[in-house]
Amino acid sequence: MEIKETAVAGTLESSDIQIMITKADQGISIELESDVAKQFGQQIKKVITDTLKQLDIDAAHVKAVDKGALDCVIKARTIAAAQRATKTVDTPAWEVL
Amino acid sequence: MAETKERLRRTMMFVPGNNPAMVKDAGIYGADSIMFDLEDAVSMNEKDAARDLVYEALQTQDYGNAELVVRINGADTPYYHNDILAMVKAGIEVIRLPKTETAAMIEQLEADVLAAEKRFGRPEGSTHLMAAIESAKGVLNSPEIAAASQRMIGIALSAEDYTTDMKTHRYPDGAELQFARNMVLHAARAAGIAAFDTVFSNMNDPEGFYRETEYIHQLGFDGKSLVNPRQIPMVNKVYQPTQAEIENAQNVMKAIEEAKIKGSGVISMNGQMVDRPVVMRAQRVMMLAQAAHLVDEEGN
Repeated sequence: MEIKETAVAGTLESSDIQIMITKADQGISIELESDVAKQFGQQIKKVITDTLKQLDIDAAHVKAVDKGALDCVIKARTIAAAQRATKTVDTPAWEVL
Repeated sequence: MAETKERLRRTMMFVPGNNPAMVKDAGIYGADSIMFDLEDAVSMNEKDAARDLVYEALQTQDYGNAELVVRINGADTPYYHNDILAMVKAGIEVIRLPKTETAAMIEQLEADVLAAEKRFGRPEGSTHLMAAIESAKGVLNSPEIAAASQRMIGIALSAEDYTTDMKTHRYPDGAELQFARNMVLHAARAAGIAAFDTVFSNMNDPEGFYRETEYIHQLGFDGKSLVNPRQIPMVNKVYQPTQAEIENAQNVMKAIEEAKIKGSGVISMNGQMVDRPVVMRAQRVMMLAQAAHLVDEEGN
């Protein structure tokens, strides 16, 4: 699925993560800011990457600012940002989520 | 899923659906029911994000024995269908429809939920429903609404919208809600489902909260909708049976056991016959006493 516009989901409040997705030519790149990046950075990036792949997005740049989000929150915010960026908010791909 | 029709529903705690911290912690306060809100607690431009968040949380978080409810957006909004699809797919126990005014709205919801269950391979009939009554029309139609579907587990009065519709506002003595409370309660009881009283939002008035909770407990409501977890132990305290009530209930339960052993169809206690309402009241007292940890699982 193609990124059509830059989109953001999530907040900078505790237990949340803010995900910004922008267009990229190829591949998924992630720029992560998190107080727990040393311990959980790889896991956070994996959740974001896996979720984008699930949504059939293979080219995107992601900026993520984590405030201690659980995996389910990271996934939810990635889905919300991706749906906004691909303009599929009203037609979510429920079968693959 | 626990037994859905007959269970304790003293406290139904509202949890804003787009707040990860509150969604994460919702299970730790001991509410009988947790109601994730996709409606009024979520701004228009965050409806999708809240739906995604609750959807993911429902599939990964452990909320213990709490009954899980979600308040979806109404059928007159563009969010209604996706809310149903997401929540049914996530396996929510109960969908709460806001601003319910007619039985037809519940019948439509039932059809939409059934279609979602079929689409996602969920067991048909596994998603239960409840209605929030928030207007004069809804109150007057509450008997039909309560009986509109076999999936219905309860109806709740929402006083803020209702009092606005009635051209009044909430007063400390609750006189403006007398008719609605009694109507909703009777509708629920006639249909054999639960009745939930409205929220009490002034956290600086614990006396008023206790007064209102004692009043709705006396009327016969199953419990209350709550906006703050601090209100959970307060409601539980009001619903806690007295020692005398527990002892009486234990005697009734003992009499039932004795009648069973004897193979007698008639239950007697102290030489007097125990009839069905007494048995039912005793069973409810024991359920409340167990929930308050005043007796063990065997009722001792």
